[in-house]
Amino acid sequence: MRPSLFAVAASLSLLLSLGACDKSEPKTGPYASTYAAPVAPALLITHATILTGAGRKLEDASLLVQDGKIVAVGNEVAPPPQVEILDAKGRWLTPGLIDAHSHLGVYPSPEIWATADGNELTDPVTPNVWSEHSVWPQDPGFEAARAGGITSLLILPGSGNLIGGRGTVFKNLPATSYQTMKFPGAPYSLKMACGENPKRVYGKEGKKAPATRMGNVAGYRAAFIKAQEYAAKHKDGGGEGRDLGMETLAGVLKGEILVQNHCYRADEMETMLDLAKEFEFKISTFHHAVEAYKIAGRLAEEGVCGALWADWWGFKLEAWDGIRENIAIVDAAVSKSGARGCAIVHSDDPYGIQRLNQEAAKAMAAGRRAGLVIRDEDAIAWITANPARAIGIGDQTGSLEPGKNADLVLWNGTPFSSYALADRVYIDGTLRYDRASRKAPDSDFALGLAPPEEALQAMPPPPPPPPAAPDSAAAPTEAAPAAAETQP
Amino acid sequence: MTRHPWLRHRTRRLAPLALALATTLPAQAGVLAITNAKLHTVGGGTLDKATLLIRNDLIEAVGVGIAPPEGAKIVDVGGAAVTPGLFDAYTHLGLEEISGVDETRDDRGSNPRYSAALDVVDGLNPRSVLIPVQRIEGITQAMSAPSTGEGGPLLAGRGAVINLGQLSPEFFVARARAAQFLPLGEAAMGTVQGGRPTLLLALREAFEEARNGAPASVQRPALLGALDAAALRPVLNGEQPLVVDVHRAADIRALLKLAEDYGIKLVIHGGAEAHLLARELAERQVPVILDPTYNLPAHFEALAARSDSASLLYRAGVTLAFSAAGDQGGHNSRNIRQLAGNAVAHGLPWDAALAAITLNPAKIYGLDSTLGTLEAGKQASFVIWDGDDPLELGSYPRQVYAAGVAVPMTSRQTLLRDRYIKR
Repeated sequence: MRPSLFAVAASLSLLLSLGACDKSEPKTGPYASTYAAPVAPALLITHATILTGAGRKLEDASLLVQDGKIVAVGNEVAPPPQVEILDAKGRWLTPGLIDAHSHLGVYPSPEIWATADGNELTDPVTPNVWSEHSVWPQDPGFEAARAGGITSLLILPGSGNLIGGRGTVFKNLPATSYQTMKFPGAPYSLKMACGENPKRVYGKEGKKAPATRMGNVAGYRAAFIKAQEYAAKHKDGGGEGRDLGMETLAGVLKGEILVQNHCYRADEMETMLDLAKEFEFKISTFHHAVEAYKIAGRLAEEGVCGALWADWWGFKLEAWDGIRENIAIVDAAVSKSGARGCAIVHSDDPYGIQRLNQEAAKAMAAGRRAGLVIRDEDAIAWITANPARAIGIGDQTGSLEPGKNADLVLWNGTPFSSYALADRVYIDGTLRYDRASRKAPDSDFALGLAPPEEALQAMPPPPPPPPAAPDSAAAPTEAAPAAAETQP
Repeated sequence: MTRHPWLRHRTRRLAPLALALATTLPAQAGVLAITNAKLHTVGGGTLDKATLLIRNDLIEAVGVGIAPPEGAKIVDVGGAAVTPGLFDAYTHLGLEEISGVDETRDDRGSNPRYSAALDVVDGLNPRSVLIPVQRIEGITQAMSAPSTGEGGPLLAGRGAVINLGQLSPEFFVARARAAQFLPLGEAAMGTVQGGRPTLLLALREAFEEARNGAPASVQRPALLGALDAAALRPVLNGEQPLVVDVHRAADIRALLKLAEDYGIKLVIHGGAEAHLLARELAERQVPVILDPTYNLPAHFEALAARSDSASLLYRAGVTLAFSAAGDQGGHNSRNIRQLAGNAVAHGLPWDAALAAITLNPAKIYGLDSTLGTLEAGKQASFVIWDGDDPLELGSYPRQVYAAGVAVPMTSRQTLLRDRYIKR
């Protein structure tokens, strides 16, 4: 049974008129979140090294959680009655990590045609598609990311289109349907893409527009001209002829849907900033942006974030100028009004998302070597508070401050290490990952794939090194030239 | 950052003499003593406050309390860690510049089935921009392999070990034709019509023909060109390792049988499910080149992938080397340290992790008599780190030496950084 068109339109206009950020009505709109935080017992974590995500580092400190929210953070937190106390001596506590750029669920494991649901490559402008309608909650990547401390993530459509569709923010929870993972009250995002991908997919492979970067820009402009007309006609929920794509672009023009722009080159980012000026919308974040360091000052001035890799580069020409210091340079830029650059470590990858902390560690180390002053308490924001801001959930999560959701990661030591492992991951105060307790996979797909644990654990300790292999096996017979050939 | 301009200066001045003495060795002269070092020797344990003595391009002595000879240049590293240069066991370095720019790709073969004679040395570019990017982060050697799969040939051809120090054209190629490469499993599905039994049959047919010669019959033409057949002979003699891209346990088992039937020295590359056959691989002394962070069931041939596979293989006695699954171009070979660190986090002993990015790749490609450890007589390719633990993400090379020469610690990326950074 489908809801009546009227009902959908009515609830959508309610969503738009209230604004997607209105937290008092988190479950309005079609395909609404059905998530309800379970009742979480009170928890006091003590003696931890705490990185708040809000710029502070506290040694031997405590954090109190009640009703799924953070109640207190500091060196002196009195335990309330009936609270579980977790002694975290030697361990570090951070906000839950947030990936501002994921394709989990839309490009899941296994990576096959049957599961490849991230790019609607039938037209270069598809603001009508929503990534959430492709999200497969059984992707084993979700729980692997959870073990890496990821508590929230923005799942975006791919970058084959100029305008790829809506992205949705999720809590990283085991689920049978995506609606129970949807982050209540989070705004939608719009995925846009610059550069090589759209012109390759359409111009080179599809022999249609866009075939060039100027074709790319013409495509964005045409779409937003149409969106302006649509928005004028449908002001206050009126007007006839509903258009899904135009609803999304009108949401961008109203500032309710955040623009997430895949864009590598500095010059193209500047063009996109001009596009945003032309149509009076704001770009939340440039994604990938390997050349962000070339325009770090302008990004800080415009208040645009850079969601970046620590060190990916060179896989295509527009990624040729990547450098290790990119994130640190974006972070260090300061606007005229004194606002610091908004640097984000993102993954775009089901493996990278499992260790955003390590990617941040590499970026921090590169910045420090280059002479920039970066403290641990600054760098943690690249994977917590800054992505929370960029995807519109910064008022609910991303830092350890009273009133915020108790999205927490307890690490076995500093998270900025190749040896770092998340011991425990909490979402809204509920323990969602515990390294100490082995259990069956959450994903139905992953169930029963691995052999029984006992079979592997029964393996013997390492034997003494085997005797050296004989120097050469059979002497070459007829192959004298070939033998000579094997020498340097 | 410590640099040693004196060394480069002296090298330049003395180069003609060195060249006269040994034309194939890199130009180098003098005695260098790295003192007060924490030497991670690989195989010989870790030595604190130790000395590494270098004469020309070779390590002359390693130990505590060694007195540098008269006239030696002494570099006191103040307790810093020193390791052998790192070795990435699988890349396309020198063959692939920009993955998405076809004009810069020389890693791919075109023959639809057999291209065993392909020799990457014919396409290797020592001036690749990628090489200094890896070199300044401690990578001194890499296997540069032809691509496998992607609709390329079943027998992909022969890869070479390169020296990233590239002090001279002769030095750049450390070992030509060090191994033959082959995809098996899903990656090979596009190279030969049919499934795995067809692939295995296609290999057996090629091996039979290489061993016995082509049938002299017009009804049944030869499968292999003369050069391909000749190129397979060292593989069938067990002299040249056959590196096979393979993940699924069942495929590895089939390969072990094939290797036994033909006397092939087998190396597994990929190996997401190799841990399920750890004992067999150890008994047969088959090394595994893997990415220890490859832990998702990303393919139907990798359903049992897991984070602690390196540890499981090691505990069974398998020789391990690490290389990144998602970066075969080698743009980030520099991150093999991170792979090693992650393997340690999941149970691999630290020394074994360091060996997987130094000695073991050298062993796999038959270069362990000259590379992979800090031992007297070996090539003086090593790294002085700025931190205590070279597997940590905050550590970085203070100085990299290639065959006794301090390499310039710059790359196109450091030049870009210096152009734009505002300190």
